[in-house]
Amino acid sequence: MRQVLLVEDEANIAEALRFILSRDGWAVSVLADGARALAEVARLRPDLVILDSMLPGMSGLEILTALRADPDHAGLPILMLTAKGQLRDREAAERAGVSAFMSKPFDNSEIRALVRDLLGA
Amino acid sequence: MPISALTGSRLRERRVALGLRQADLAETVGISASYLNLIEHNRRRIGDALLARLAQALGQPVEAFQEGIAAAVLDDLRAAAGRLPGAEIDRSEDFAGRFPGWAATVIGLHQRVAGLERALEAMSDRMSQDPHLSASLHEVLSAVASVRSTAAILAETQDIEPEWQARFLGNLQDDSKRLALGAEALVRYLDTAGQAEEQGLASPQEELEAWLASTDWQGADTRGLVSAAARHMADQWRAQAARDLAAYPAAGFAAVVAESGSDPVAVAARFGGDVLAAFRRIALQPGLQAGLVVCDASGTLTFRKPLAGFGLPRFGAACPLWPLFAALSRPMTPIEMVVETAGPVPARFRVRAFCQPRFPQGSRGPELREAAMLILPEQGRAGEALPIGSTCRICQRHACAARREPSILQG
Repeated sequence: MRQVLLVEDEANIAEALRFILSRDGWAVSVLADGARALAEVARLRPDLVILDSMLPGMSGLEILTALRADPDHAGLPILMLTAKGQLRDREAAERAGVSAFMSKPFDNSEIRALVRDLLGA
Repeated sequence: MPISALTGSRLRERRVALGLRQADLAETVGISASYLNLIEHNRRRIGDALLARLAQALGQPVEAFQEGIAAAVLDDLRAAAGRLPGAEIDRSEDFAGRFPGWAATVIGLHQRVAGLERALEAMSDRMSQDPHLSASLHEVLSAVASVRSTAAILAETQDIEPEWQARFLGNLQDDSKRLALGAEALVRYLDTAGQAEEQGLASPQEELEAWLASTDWQGADTRGLVSAAARHMADQWRAQAARDLAAYPAAGFAAVVAESGSDPVAVAARFGGDVLAAFRRIALQPGLQAGLVVCDASGTLTFRKPLAGFGLPRFGAACPLWPLFAALSRPMTPIEMVVETAGPVPARFRVRAFCQPRFPQGSRGPELREAAMLILPEQGRAGEALPIGSTCRICQRHACAARREPSILQG
């Protein structure tokens, strides 16, 4: 089963995402603490990482930058969740090598399709 | 006859000539002093009825504030033409004479674009720099994202297990409460800032400066201030002004300033006083055409008295080429030079800057630096002048070596 690591500190958003992605057949692990994200990626070896942009401990952009600096994770698909209008965040994430964006609030069917696409399914 | 873009300037000239305070004139015609200040600086269009009341209060016919419209139209047309290359600037007068309606339309569009650019800059800066607004919006957006996703699950998942259904219904209830609280907090925040917002004011510092401008920089009655933060800052400002006045008494002050050529360092030497206090005393003399900016060691502008033609940023960092910042790195060394602003109609100013270090906790405490820059109109265009701007985001010197970020204005 393909593994998705969801790094999201908003518990209810994380629960909703975990529910819809799990029903699509993905194994979803949820992490609320940005500071532990890198260790969790190293331990879990996920096929896809979904990152919120504003996280406690370490921001989504910092996690993305650190992952892209590691040759082991250079090709890891990373989907960033950003609040609508945060154009500067999006531009910074693009420069850091993000794979795709999804704006909050998001449409469930759109994020499911994007995850399928990123996982090559 | 259309109202000139310079009607506000003419109103101001007449009021100053009569020795009327902005607050008194505003009260006479039934508007706020802050609003009159914006009109006088040509930042608000003025209606016919209000112009008639102002003209009556100033003892002149309405036409007196509209005369010379042709010169104003030409200035505005040239400014509009400077926005994009291609217009025959040398034929502006011909164009305005033959097609006055089209000329007014071009000017109106140019002013509208300039206004929108200023609004865009202010909104953009406010969104990125107001932590309270940013946090409140994030809270609301997060709650909305959760509600939308959860509601879709409940609506679209036919075979949802009862325990999941109960869980999501609970989440919906939590998020709806959170959304209500977040929305209330936002409304409270925006409502408190409401009056200031109507005047285009976005921070306590800006509110303080608008209030000071409305009292001709004398800072009288603080009741017109909306926010508690601005009132607090006003009290501090008044205490400082009282100290400055004690150090530089009014008797004979104007004569010493004139004799020195408005040089704060020379004035301070004559009185044996603090140099930065001399900057404030000179710049804030009633009716004087002088601007003043003050910054701390981080370069943050802590005080702004504008001067027509010299753009001061409302938010964020100013032009790094300002002599103010050169002074910051050279404490106790006076700097004087002529600068030229960017834009379709460049203007020259003589500026004097000085930085003074302080050690409020003694020799073992941190060194605090404060720098001030006095801005005076410079007549004539002979000689060298340092090219400067307001702030990178609205500066048209696209090839500037000191540029931090691209300009939002077209070259």
